[in-house]
Amino acid sequence: MALFEATNVHGGYGGMNILNGVNMTVEADEIGVIVGPNGAGKSTMLKAIFGLLKVSEGCIKLRGEEITNADPVELVKRKMAFVPQEKNIFPSMSVQENLEMGAFSCKDSFAHMLDQVYGFFPPLADKRQQPAGELSGGQRQMVAMGRALMTEPSLILLDEPTAGLSPMYMAEIFERIITINKAGVGILMVEQHAKQALKIAHKGFVLVAGQNRFTDTGENLINDPEVAKAFLGG
Amino acid sequence: MNELVFFVNNVVISGLTIGSIYALGAVGITLIFSILRFAHFAHADLMTLGAFFAFFLTTLFPAAGPAIGLPTAFVMLPFAMALTALSAVYIDKAFYRPLRSHGVKPIVIVMASLGVTLMLQGLIRMFMGTGARNMYIDDRKGIHRIDLPFDLANRPLVLTDPQILLLLFLVVAVIALHLFLTRSRLGKAMRAMSDNPDLARVSGINTDTVVKVTWVIAGCLAAAAGTLLSLDVSLKPDLSFHLLLPIFAAAIVGGVGHPYGALAGGFVIGFAETLSVFNWSVLLRPLRDYLWFDLPANLSFVSSEYKITVPFFILLAILVWRPTGLFKGKVL
Repeated sequence: MALFEATNVHGGYGGMNILNGVNMTVEADEIGVIVGPNGAGKSTMLKAIFGLLKVSEGCIKLRGEEITNADPVELVKRKMAFVPQEKNIFPSMSVQENLEMGAFSCKDSFAHMLDQVYGFFPPLADKRQQPAGELSGGQRQMVAMGRALMTEPSLILLDEPTAGLSPMYMAEIFERIITINKAGVGILMVEQHAKQALKIAHKGFVLVAGQNRFTDTGENLINDPEVAKAFLGG
Repeated sequence: MNELVFFVNNVVISGLTIGSIYALGAVGITLIFSILRFAHFAHADLMTLGAFFAFFLTTLFPAAGPAIGLPTAFVMLPFAMALTALSAVYIDKAFYRPLRSHGVKPIVIVMASLGVTLMLQGLIRMFMGTGARNMYIDDRKGIHRIDLPFDLANRPLVLTDPQILLLLFLVVAVIALHLFLTRSRLGKAMRAMSDNPDLARVSGINTDTVVKVTWVIAGCLAAAAGTLLSLDVSLKPDLSFHLLLPIFAAAIVGGVGHPYGALAGGFVIGFAETLSVFNWSVLLRPLRDYLWFDLPANLSFVSSEYKITVPFFILLAILVWRPTGLFKGKVL
């Protein structure tokens, strides 16, 4: 059984459909990457999965259980986490408090998760008490991802984790994503930097106008001349 | 020396008293704004409502206070606070939450809160009439005259029981609120929701619980402020009209969404009021031989009937020159 499965998902804001039948599967140990032109519905798909906008048709399953249109609070309890692209930290709160908020739904101790998150992101360990809003862009992204990891999720949704970061930070974030994935967390992410992202992807989904145009392994998509020409800049 | 005592009695003590009242109200307004993003106009009426509950309970058990040497209404305060908190939660449930779930603009909820103001005022008048009531039934207001150990000062410092209790309550409440916001899981969730409501939801924070807790805190503080003020003066159904503007001014002066700012703002407004109605002639009288002008009998910035204009001017000045308030809050 796949960790995550979306079948023929339709949805959008108000009456306007942005997603017109998207299909995706991600296995427990995989990194799935969604790429595509602007307005293809990449971020919208993540929001639809996380219950932030209405899915009008289709089915989304986590470990075989249907989660279509479930409330985010419920999804967090079911070990799914979402890192939005923008405004993904609590700026006035300290790094540690940001992480604690990720574990809000855990009733018992989460000290071991704090240690694990600081293990994934060593730069944060020295800045525990600093307000997250004072950190650099790359470190903020680490706080955001760390917050999402606090519930020990089985699947994390990342919306453009490298947006606005310098190439150096971008490489670092991708490296962390691989480490987190190797620790047993499934990842589904949207990326503008399609080529670099597909390099680390087990699965790639090229969306155009709210539908899958190509679906294959990351490697095959990079090597597909048609994909390369249309979406990866040659 | 007596002039200084007069100054302390009329400015320092009354400034601290009224400042504490404004601070307790403003903290509630600021918390509600930072969680729900609307200006809660019915907040001053929650204060009256709390005082009304305390008065009601006092009439039921008038002998409870004298038995342990505290004003009865103060003994009843925890119950009045609980009732007010409960009312606040249900007012939200009945009037504001349906609007929020429809995703209306904040101004619509502000208007709804004006409606709640009128409704609460009507209800309170229905039960207790329109006149002023003394909160003391079986007991009397304790007034302490403290003689000063100076030869020149033959006038005492005057402090009342409610004033002392108010200051003590404020200190305890501020420490408790600080610990709650910085140490407890729910308090941190409140700050998180104030920082970034969408992310709070995405993090799995139960925002409904946070909203409820906010109303409980705001309701408790409002009830305490209303009760202690009514104990010191008297309980009037239109108490809220005199409080509404100053507490909003205090919240805005402090920086909306900033609880410590609201606290500071409360005292800024409170002292501004008492300083501006203070008769400065009294302080200048000992120096009259050295002054180049004749000292009038009354020399205050505004006469006490116009006291309410003071917070209004401060409010306008802050909105024009520093709209984020002293502590850099959110812009309304």
